[in-house]
Amino acid sequence: MASTETTTAAAKDGGDLAGLEAGLDALETVPQGRKPFRQTLTEKILPPVLAVALVLAVWQALVSFKVVDDPSKLPAPADVWNVVRDAWLQGELLGYIWTSVSRGLLGFCLALLIGTPLGLLVARVKFVRAALGPILSGLQSLPSVAWVPPAVIWLGLNNSMMYAVILLGAVPSIANGLVSGVDQVPPLFLRAGRTLGATGLKGTWHIVLPAALPGYVAGLKQGWAFSWRSLMAAEIIASFPDLGVGLGQLLENGRNASDMAMVFEAILLILIVGIAIDLLIFSPLERWVLRSRGLLVRN
Amino acid sequence: MATTLAKAADGMETATSAARIEHVSKSFAGPAGQQLVLDDISLDVAPGEFVTLLGASGCGKSTLLNLVAGLDRPSAGAITTDGRPALMFQEHALFPWLSAGKNIELALKLRGVPKNERRGKAEELLELVRLGGAHGKRVHELSGGMRQRVAMARALAQESRLLLMDEPFAALDAITRDVLHDELTRIWRETGLSVLFVTHNVREAVRLAQRVVLLSSRPGRIAREWTVGIPHPRRIEDTAVAELSVEITEELRGEIRRHGQH
Repeated sequence: MASTETTTAAAKDGGDLAGLEAGLDALETVPQGRKPFRQTLTEKILPPVLAVALVLAVWQALVSFKVVDDPSKLPAPADVWNVVRDAWLQGELLGYIWTSVSRGLLGFCLALLIGTPLGLLVARVKFVRAALGPILSGLQSLPSVAWVPPAVIWLGLNNSMMYAVILLGAVPSIANGLVSGVDQVPPLFLRAGRTLGATGLKGTWHIVLPAALPGYVAGLKQGWAFSWRSLMAAEIIASFPDLGVGLGQLLENGRNASDMAMVFEAILLILIVGIAIDLLIFSPLERWVLRSRGLLVRN
Repeated sequence: MATTLAKAADGMETATSAARIEHVSKSFAGPAGQQLVLDDISLDVAPGEFVTLLGASGCGKSTLLNLVAGLDRPSAGAITTDGRPALMFQEHALFPWLSAGKNIELALKLRGVPKNERRGKAEELLELVRLGGAHGKRVHELSGGMRQRVAMARALAQESRLLLMDEPFAALDAITRDVLHDELTRIWRETGLSVLFVTHNVREAVRLAQRVVLLSSRPGRIAREWTVGIPHPRRIEDTAVAELSVEITEELRGEIRRHGQH
């Protein structure tokens, strides 16, 4: 049995403990600051700029030293630049871009509206998962260009056909992203949520969905890449003047006119727009989600 | 499981326990058929009492805590608690998508506290664990000890009469753990909560509890109980704490040794 005498001479008072605790807290918290701009410049911005410059230099060299001596096969960078500049001066460039981007983003938003509840159903309802899970994963690996011929036959040469192709490309990515996000929710969070009273729908809303956000955002990012690719495939195959000229049609027009500079212009624009949307919307979204949870490693 | 609410509504006082565990057994389906994890456990935690459950690996102490928390059902027997108990884990289990304060506010929200009162209550609870001003801090910006204190504040936000703790300080360094022992003792005495605290650390058990319950392993049975009469404030290095720890450790080792004999 325990003896009841106290052996500590002085009892610690509350203020003593508070001071000790404040000291520990100060010692164990590491202040975090933002990186200086100079460092960002040399570590993040300079390398890709150099890589692009290198590609341009090699391209120019191939043309200058007549390694490829046929402008209909490889136009000079300056020629492509002139085509882009002309399109800009004639006010057509933004039109091409807007036609495709508005289609792509609208299609993506529709895919979001369908893919999110679908993903949630697959993740949370066992029967739906067993039934649809494998089909969704399978669809994800099917190149969405395969959907263009049936979509043209079912819907005709119009905008709905484009949206159908985008949906078939992006919905599986978004749904699968959400499913893997939900699957990776640590069981501890679910247990903690249940002891706090978050069960059923409350649990889904307050615990499962926010916990699954990183996986979901990764799915969105991939969903956008798939939307954009599907749309380009649809625009190239189903180019029809009444539909307006998007970047895919521009590429197809260049091929029909055997105008290699125009083909290059279209390819560059498709690439740049795809990257720009990712850099402006999806990467910041992803970084914000990860950083706010301390999941972004920086060094 | 019989999680009935407090039977003592107004008139009766001290008639109920904070938790009453009656002849509880639990078995799981294992590779070798049904495996008995807890065998006929009976334990009462009085209102305001601090009880530690002590045992080696495999004694089913975490299983017992899950049963009391209502996260799992006993195979036999009944558990009665005064409302839904609050539970603290070895890991802080704070939600990383919410700030420290919002974690506490979520607990308040799920308990039905109106929106305009949540912020103030969360601040009060943070003050209680001496983290006033940490409301907007992200979980990853806090040290291990601070996280466990926020977790404690979140558990207290449930305003449950019973706090279950599953080795909540096991992952902390010795200095921080010692400080949190003082902190927990202070909060327990200020709030009059009942605490059921699971640990495999004998000194921790003796330093904190009014009663230490030793569980044997495989299956978990109550092997022995000690009442700890050492007055607070206690220190981990007190001779009284050390002496009782030696006695309990001997008993615990005896329990463990039995498993090597066959």
